[in-house]
Amino acid sequence: MASVDPLRSVDLPSRAGRLLPFDAHDLRMALIVTRREVRDSFRDWRIIIPIILLTLFFPLLMNFTAQRLLSFVSDYGAEIIATRLIPFLLLIVGFFPTSFSLVIALETFVGEKERKSLEPLLATPLTNTQLYMGKILASVIPPLFASYLGIGVYLIGLALTLDWYPPPELFVQTVLLTTVQGLLMVAGAVVVSSQTTSTRAANLLASFIIVPMALLIQLEAVVMFWGNYTGLWWLILGLFVATLILVRVGLGVFNREELLGRDIDQIRIGWMWRIFWRRFSGWQTESGYPGPVRWFRQTLALLPALRLPFLFTLLGFAGAVAFGVYLAYRYPFAAPLQAALADVDQVQNLAQLRGLLGRLPLFIFLHNLRVVALAALLGAFTFGVIGFMIFMLPWALISYISVQLAFAGLSVSRFLLATIAPHAIVELPVLLLIAAAALRWQTAFISPAPEQTVSQTWLEAGADFARLLVGLGAPLLLLAALIEAFVTPLVVIALYS
Amino acid sequence: MIEARGLTKRFEDFIAVNRLDLDVQEGELLALLGPNGAGKTTTVRMLSAILRPTAGQARVAGYDVIREPDRVRREIGMLTEQPGLYLRMSGLEYLTFYGRLYGIDDARIHARALALFDRFAMQGAAERRLGTYSKGMRQKVGLIRAMLHDPAVLLLDEPTSAMDPHSARLVRNAIAELRRDRRSIILCTHNLNEAELLADRIAIIHQGEIVALDTAAGLKRRLLGDPQMELRLDRPLDGHRAALEALVSVDWVRGDLIRYRTPEPAVNNPRLVQRLTELGLGVVGLYPVSQSLEEVYLRVVNRDEASGLTGKEELAKPGAELARNGKGEM
Repeated sequence: MASVDPLRSVDLPSRAGRLLPFDAHDLRMALIVTRREVRDSFRDWRIIIPIILLTLFFPLLMNFTAQRLLSFVSDYGAEIIATRLIPFLLLIVGFFPTSFSLVIALETFVGEKERKSLEPLLATPLTNTQLYMGKILASVIPPLFASYLGIGVYLIGLALTLDWYPPPELFVQTVLLTTVQGLLMVAGAVVVSSQTTSTRAANLLASFIIVPMALLIQLEAVVMFWGNYTGLWWLILGLFVATLILVRVGLGVFNREELLGRDIDQIRIGWMWRIFWRRFSGWQTESGYPGPVRWFRQTLALLPALRLPFLFTLLGFAGAVAFGVYLAYRYPFAAPLQAALADVDQVQNLAQLRGLLGRLPLFIFLHNLRVVALAALLGAFTFGVIGFMIFMLPWALISYISVQLAFAGLSVSRFLLATIAPHAIVELPVLLLIAAAALRWQTAFISPAPEQTVSQTWLEAGADFARLLVGLGAPLLLLAALIEAFVTPLVVIALYS
Repeated sequence: MIEARGLTKRFEDFIAVNRLDLDVQEGELLALLGPNGAGKTTTVRMLSAILRPTAGQARVAGYDVIREPDRVRREIGMLTEQPGLYLRMSGLEYLTFYGRLYGIDDARIHARALALFDRFAMQGAAERRLGTYSKGMRQKVGLIRAMLHDPAVLLLDEPTSAMDPHSARLVRNAIAELRRDRRSIILCTHNLNEAELLADRIAIIHQGEIVALDTAAGLKRRLLGDPQMELRLDRPLDGHRAALEALVSVDWVRGDLIRYRTPEPAVNNPRLVQRLTELGLGVVGLYPVSQSLEEVYLRVVNRDEASGLTGKEELAKPGAELARNGKGEM
């Protein structure tokens, strides 16, 4: 044997009890990867030329635009448009070079896979985390550097030509937004890249990042034209949380197994259906389909897995109620509206609905099912955010109305006990349960089960949601609808007559 | 040095490697032969701790591939089927990058890289961009990368593919030298001559299972029978066949030309010549009949496909000739 390599005696650092998922050794190893990637990027004219253009030429163009615009709108006394536009252009100048982080990330992750240079790298002592960190930094550093430079060029230009200096808060917000947007795109690109084997497929999937980013820029435009810079802080916070989630997902999917063993370049409907159906129906190779009782028992056995999402939905419910109260205090009804509210006769209202009572249970049931389906569907594409908001919206509204009733001098407890409580006893827990199951499904990709693909985990969690909806949610929603149609009116009459 | 027991890899519904048992001792070179998709690359990926086995276990250089993957990767050198180089880097930059990942200081990397460039007849190419290298040169850089940190175990996937005969010979010599240097090597190859030339033992892998494992000579003997000899006499044998069959197993006689088999040619051939001389027959020539590894390989793979059985099922049949495990019993 050749002379013993001193490397063999190197002890690998223990990860136990560490606050962060990486340490100085990990960072050192990651930076070896980063240095190589950055150097490689700077040798690629397809990356370097656009970055130079966006760093130097584009800020000057924006500067010129700002000057022309200011001069134009001043003629019509509409300076406010220009004063709002200049900070927005600052954001755009920062964003454009950052958008290249997406291109670099796709290139560095899936491009390497396509060129077959990833496997030798995977055969080195680099851990998944070190490799992930190294590549994330490599994707983010050059565009961010270009972005900060572009912001600098734009601001220097404004200072020289218009004598305009950004307020410190706006400057910090712009830098933070630029940084977090870059990180968000890269973190998203990693998730996309890990699921494909070609840059072509990755570029197609990148629309899942580009489209939300385009919407985000529009939202930022609205917030900036509104002049609500506090709103920008919330936006930064939201983006930061989304970045953390995507980084967590990225760490989960960026492993050797996923990178070499799997791809979704072809959509396999049959496979997807099989995974979903087996989980939903409870079919097993040895025993086949379970009977209805066993199926129902199996469905009930899913409930303990909902503990954490249920806690979240419960907190969300409390938050929605509190938000409704806050809104009521912030935006109380005007006096005439309050007076009209005080004059509302609940019994008379109910009498008008009497002819519809026969069809009411089905209407309520189908309406609730539609809402659940819509929330689940929208939540599936927004990591659960929109679904969660839809589930919470009615409770915020109820609390808002309740406070307005209190302002109008009416009894809140009587209103809640008569119109909400009878059916809400069933409806509230079941909606919270469905919301929790939906949330578990929609966020399942954050932490895929070991030995499972992200898509498999997602499909199985979706099947669990469908199972809980069919086995528990739908029957209980039907019961709640029946109570709402036939019991609640009686309680209203009893308490308001 | 490399030890695998029941190693299995399943991708959803597809079993790529099925209950594979393997042993490679220190200083041994094992060649993995098999058709495309047989499971060779998946086996190597599991042994290099890139893919996690679905079942079974393996130890490489004393470390468990499941529990200590980082350590396993530190101990091995791997040449992938395609070298996968960064074409905008120079050869030296590329190797420096890889050397740093193993914690080697730059001075040592440079010294070793340049020495290996010389060894593979690529003097002066170290500073050139990898994009300017020929296919064979790129493959050699891949091999240098695998050898750079002086690993105890080497996993080589098609090391001489795309090389001209001269380069291929250089690489084969280097591999032979590594084996003499007491390193354990697994060599995946389609080149049967290369396997025969370099390997101590050969494993034929098919449909994820090892269906034959032995030395090249052992495989030939078991699958093609005893060594076959061809004998030419100065006149036809006429009526003396029985005398020959007392010493060897005669396949056929065509006038003065005879083919026979014997388990020990070194012992039986002189006896046979002596006996023929006693019978007054002159020996004009005596040659071994070539038995190619290709024939062995095709026979194993084709029979496996024709029978529709996996190697393990074939083993269950009485008198099966196929290898059962890493020890080469048949």
